[in-house]
Amino acid sequence: MQFKKVTIDGNEATAHVAYRLSEVIAIYPITPSSNMGEWADAWSAEGKPNVWGTVPSVVEMQSEGGASGAVHGAVATGALSATFTASQGLLLMIPNMFKIAGELTPCCLHVTARTVASHALSIFGDHSDVMATRSTGFALLCSNSVQEAMDMALVAHSATLDSRLPFLHFFDGFRTSHELMKVDLLPDEIIRKMVNMDAVAAHRARALSPDHPTMKGTAQNPDVFFQARESANAYYDKCPGIVQAAMDKLGELTGRKYQLFDYVGAKDAERVIVMMGSGAEAAEEAVTHMNKNGEKVGLVKVRLYRPFSVKDFVAALPSTVKTITVLDRTKESGALGDPLYLDVIGALNEAIAAGTAPVKTMPRVLGGRYGLSSKEFRPGMVKAVYDDMKAAKPKNHFVVGIIDDVSGNYLPEDTHFDAESPKAFRGLFYGLGSDGTVGANKNSIKIIGEETQNYCQGYFVYDSKKAGTITVSHLRFGPEPIRSTYLVNRANFVACHQWSFMEKYEMLEAATPGATFLVNSPFGTDRVWDEMPQEVQAAIIAKKLKLFVIDAPAVAQKTGMGSRLNTIMQTCFFAISNILPKDEAIAKIKAAAKKTYGARGDEVVKKNWDAIDQTLAHLHEVKYPGTVTSKFRRPPAVAKEAPEFVQKVTAEIIAGRGDKLPVSVFPVDGTFPLSTTAWEKRNIALEIPVWDPECCIQCGKCSLVCPHAAIRQKVFEPKFMKDAPATFKAVPYKGKEYDGWNYSLQTAPEDCTGCALCVEICPAKNKTEAKYKAINMKAQLPLREEERKNYSFFLNLPEADRRAVKVDTIKGSQFLQPLFEYSGACAGCGETPYIKLLSQLFGDRSLIANATGCSSIYGGNLPTTPYAANKEGRGIAWANSLFEDNAEFGMGYRLTMDKFMELGKELVKKLEAQLGSELVTGLLNAAQKSEADIAEQRERVAALKDKLARMEGPEVALLKPIVDYLVKKSVWIVGGDGWAYDIGYGGLDHVLASGRNVNVLVLDTEVYSNTGGQMSKSTPKGAVAKFAAAGKPLAKKDLAMMAMTYGSVYVARVAMGANDVHTIKAFLEAEAYEGPSLIVAYSHCIAHGINMVKGFEQQKAAVNSGHWPLFRYNPALSGTEAPMKLDSKPPKQPLSEYIYNETRYKMLTKSDPARASALLAQAQSEVEARWQVYEQLQTVNFTGKSKN
Amino acid sequence: MDLTTTYMGLKLKNPLVPSSSPLMGKLDSVRAMEDAGASAVVLHSLFEEQIRHEAHELDHYLTRDAESFQEAMSYFPALGEYKLGPEEYLEHIRKVKTAVEIPVIASLNGVTTGGWTDYAKKMETAGADALELNVYLVATDPKETGAHVEERYLAILKEVKKSVKIPVAMKIGPFFSSIPNMAVRFAEAGAAGLVLFNRFYQPDINLESREVTPNVVLSSSSSSRLPMRWIAILHGKVKASLAASSGIHTHEDAIKMLMVGADVTMMTSALMKHGVWHLASVREAMTQWLEQHEFQSVTQLKGSLSQKSCAEPAAFERANYMKALASLG
Repeated sequence: MQFKKVTIDGNEATAHVAYRLSEVIAIYPITPSSNMGEWADAWSAEGKPNVWGTVPSVVEMQSEGGASGAVHGAVATGALSATFTASQGLLLMIPNMFKIAGELTPCCLHVTARTVASHALSIFGDHSDVMATRSTGFALLCSNSVQEAMDMALVAHSATLDSRLPFLHFFDGFRTSHELMKVDLLPDEIIRKMVNMDAVAAHRARALSPDHPTMKGTAQNPDVFFQARESANAYYDKCPGIVQAAMDKLGELTGRKYQLFDYVGAKDAERVIVMMGSGAEAAEEAVTHMNKNGEKVGLVKVRLYRPFSVKDFVAALPSTVKTITVLDRTKESGALGDPLYLDVIGALNEAIAAGTAPVKTMPRVLGGRYGLSSKEFRPGMVKAVYDDMKAAKPKNHFVVGIIDDVSGNYLPEDTHFDAESPKAFRGLFYGLGSDGTVGANKNSIKIIGEETQNYCQGYFVYDSKKAGTITVSHLRFGPEPIRSTYLVNRANFVACHQWSFMEKYEMLEAATPGATFLVNSPFGTDRVWDEMPQEVQAAIIAKKLKLFVIDAPAVAQKTGMGSRLNTIMQTCFFAISNILPKDEAIAKIKAAAKKTYGARGDEVVKKNWDAIDQTLAHLHEVKYPGTVTSKFRRPPAVAKEAPEFVQKVTAEIIAGRGDKLPVSVFPVDGTFPLSTTAWEKRNIALEIPVWDPECCIQCGKCSLVCPHAAIRQKVFEPKFMKDAPATFKAVPYKGKEYDGWNYSLQTAPEDCTGCALCVEICPAKNKTEAKYKAINMKAQLPLREEERKNYSFFLNLPEADRRAVKVDTIKGSQFLQPLFEYSGACAGCGETPYIKLLSQLFGDRSLIANATGCSSIYGGNLPTTPYAANKEGRGIAWANSLFEDNAEFGMGYRLTMDKFMELGKELVKKLEAQLGSELVTGLLNAAQKSEADIAEQRERVAALKDKLARMEGPEVALLKPIVDYLVKKSVWIVGGDGWAYDIGYGGLDHVLASGRNVNVLVLDTEVYSNTGGQMSKSTPKGAVAKFAAAGKPLAKKDLAMMAMTYGSVYVARVAMGANDVHTIKAFLEAEAYEGPSLIVAYSHCIAHGINMVKGFEQQKAAVNSGHWPLFRYNPALSGTEAPMKLDSKPPKQPLSEYIYNETRYKMLTKSDPARASALLAQAQSEVEARWQVYEQLQTVNFTGKSKN
Repeated sequence: MDLTTTYMGLKLKNPLVPSSSPLMGKLDSVRAMEDAGASAVVLHSLFEEQIRHEAHELDHYLTRDAESFQEAMSYFPALGEYKLGPEEYLEHIRKVKTAVEIPVIASLNGVTTGGWTDYAKKMETAGADALELNVYLVATDPKETGAHVEERYLAILKEVKKSVKIPVAMKIGPFFSSIPNMAVRFAEAGAAGLVLFNRFYQPDINLESREVTPNVVLSSSSSSRLPMRWIAILHGKVKASLAASSGIHTHEDAIKMLMVGADVTMMTSALMKHGVWHLASVREAMTQWLEQHEFQSVTQLKGSLSQKSCAEPAAFERANYMKALASLG
């Protein structure tokens, strides 16, 4: 049978089968599995049927726990059902997995195996999540490649019906889920043949139905539970045979043969590795190469891990085996060994005892660990494992792929070992996220895959930051199948799509001698060489690289492509690499552009075609001298003044050498220092704001809105100007409070992202040319050096005295030092200004519990993190527990703070005689309401510490470690709407009802931003989101209103862009309220599809249209006046004027205008109705009396 | 009373034609206009520039942050096809044509030669009975001569004429050095009608924010003076129908326009202000006026006070100041 060849990734391959064999699909986004749900949702929205002609129902739930519950209900009532997940999401499914398996109900769960968060979160791949489900009773089936993901998904859906066991089908997160590979697409005909319709009928017949009622989920007691639990054993015994039968049938239909345990390698192998997952592909590559060299090595690829068939496992082993090494991609701390290792030992032990093994005596069995969190696993590491197996005293319980210099129990990679086919093309492409490099490379690999006989593979590595992000594309293709499940580390083609990378990254380390280096450069053929750093020149000369240059932005400029260099660089690649004849390549690139952009109109296609046509005239080969001539070197990753940890660890990670760091440099418990973003000078802004002091009214708005704390103001006495750099600007302060002092506004030139929100918000206009404001964007490069000095001087100026600052004003609040700075959030982020404000107002005594999401990623993703400490060493203590438990986690903080305060006061009271009554009375009765109060209490605590230092006794020992908690601490629970409205809502609701003094800040972007724009219950009616492709039909949940119903929760809805003073007031009131507080903050977002520089204007429009009414509900006022205060005016502009500035709404008018119009009409009347409710609420005093 | 008139060869039951406004985007409004007595409708303009902008804008936001971050390959679902060309407008023409019996005149504002001709052809195919070219070229380059600007207008008209068979009207502004000369050249180049005048968007200044603000001001009756003069002058001198546009709010405004030589009178602001049914009252009042003043038909009235037919032709040539002096004498 001829199969259609497609170039797709593992997620699409799996979703293709799961969708076609399901009737009910419950989904919830989690990286890296989200795409499977997105595919299913998109197909369902398009009306694409499954193999039985009906369109599956695809439903987004509030969490993975919810998704598994819905699947459980669906299969219990006879539907064919599936879901997709990973990591923490899979863990949330475990309770239902026990139930589904216990009830012997067929279903399929497709998992992109991902690290479970421990000392840190990781979105990358290993088997720790899957291994945590071993005891659920699910069958566990593993795929190692994209083709296998499609094939095993089908085997799973087939075998679950025949065996009645639910199946968890898994493959490695990112490595397989996101790898593009040319595969055979399974047609419906084969998919249908793989399903036993009698088994489907039997599944229906067993279902809960009032027409033949039964019950499940009884409660059983000690007398019978055990026996009943054992009654299903036969199903587990039969399962491996059923899976093998399904594999055999698939083999007959497709020619691809699989075994429960597939053996590859020498028939007489003495050394055998047992493993599963994508790493087995790299291992097979190594085995094939070693076998050619006569080495007797082999590999067992485990496919059906549970139920584990001892019979089939030992049958897969060669009888000549002497040493087996089991490689686990998971870590079970404290265990005798990792799980697959223990299974293998157990299996061999049983089989040898029973005489069914191919060997009579127990071979030597070793265990090793590799690949946690997608750590690279290359053939050189496999070679190291095989080599060590030959040793007299081989290592056991070792790690491979990292340097564990603490235990010393690691195997160093054989870096000279190259198992890849020499015929393969291997390319590395360095680009920016915004220049479209990845999209172009995906198109290239599809062209090669689908238009030539070549095998191909594409894998893409992204940045951990969200602004100015680098992407690296790893492309392989060639005449032989590709099993290289690792990054390209020997490249015969390297492309640098952004000139600024020359000074930042070691792009040529992987280049092989004679490779091609394509550079996008603003400098022509005559200057490009001289503008390169010495390191780059040296590498080019040493490796004799062929150097090509193109000025892509010039072509982009001419053809209206803006910052998108994708098709231009793609054309260069095809022209240089000669994969296809030039004309044919250009035709294919054009066809790919048409396919990608065709839906967006002829205009968009045309500009891409123009760019493709104009490229080759600008592409030139460069001849270079035989010696290094450059005058400069690549600058160090961090300044030499950086602390030791930053130098030793952080700088290496920034420089892209994190893989080489040994175990010993890392904190043992995931504890990291603050203030590290200050050392990473990213220099991503092309333009930065420059201050015009003459025009400035010193309002502080620019500083308030800056998402990155990269523009700041200070007041200081003129005497501090003594050593100011020549270009440092300061003018007399305008205002009475600092009469005679100087005022300065300063940009952090290397930390600014160039978003220009500050310029947009600036209210001061130049008197003679109104286009200029008090700050104006100017090119960064010419200013970088002098502004770096100015900023350094500025930072060393004294900070404002917090006691004297008017914190309730914009200007005043902006004299407070931000303790959240230079985050990796998107340029112009709408969330971070709120966090920064929090850090200014309360940062020196705050703890933050941060839900997983955007805010935990820009807040806590290495290499550098934005939370900072002040010069006294005080700052924000921050942690991320999980996505779902954040409110509870923060509540835990509060309980500790309250207990320590209480205990501290008890001890101080007990020690009154020694401490003196005056101090004790002061400590116990401190108001701690204002900055001055806090400062006074800190002085008392300092005095207390001083006295305690000279005292002894059990109470003193108890008091000493908690003495600082006598100063009031501010607990903040921060997260997005995905957490607050959906997955964490139950916990949030409970915490709000607890009466405890916590402050909840919901950064409401009305969508799951971090995982790519999936609908949440905060998504408004009519907005398009993933899982709501046809526009959300239902209204946004009114979280603030729900919280108000308690009557004991301080609630505020704020939008900084609409009313900044209101925002500050709400933060201060929330913090001051001695009970739970909830602030719901409108946060504009890239997922809205807006010009980010207009983010605050959109906030204003949201308020003016009535979509986002501002209010505060302060229970402290109850009894005296109405606690609800509406702080914005009645809707004064139509909703359409607000929403149609945003792509999320506007795209529906282009895809389904009638529906868009109907949803708009409904939303408009709902806005008006809600306003009326609010207006009435603000008249109610909650004492039963109306204000009127 | 015989209210019939002929505009660009189209026989109309009366001279009241609602012109291009947002009301035209709604099928119900167009139906109501017919019910209120409109003899034809000029649909709202299709702006090529806007179509292009929207396509680029959508492409920009759908791709801007895609493929940049490991957890989010994109931020929006793929919705398959988008209606980004003139399809929505063309569909509207089709729907309006089915919904009403009166002639439907499509209006086009292009920016490229290809856009003008391509969209004009599509409008014709979609069923438009005639086409109004809403041309506005605000000349800002001091190096460009008036003659060159005039050529640009004519070039557009000639290109469109080559691609369609339905009658084409030029909606122009009053800023030509010689309107009669231009009018004749437009007619020679194939314009079946001239619409006088296009009311250009006139930006305003917000004094507080010191910003230029977009501003659309509805016309008042006084705005009709400018087209009235020029229609009076052109009547009988140009082989093209004349449509009066700007400031026609009442039956008196309309009658004046007809008197100076307009074949039809176009109404927008009044309908925006008073609602579609205002048209019926204008028609009613116009009929009454004609009856009271013993006119037999609109044809009789048309041009009766044009420059050619009025007692004092020079009145249309003089400036107000001169008129004031003359009356003293």
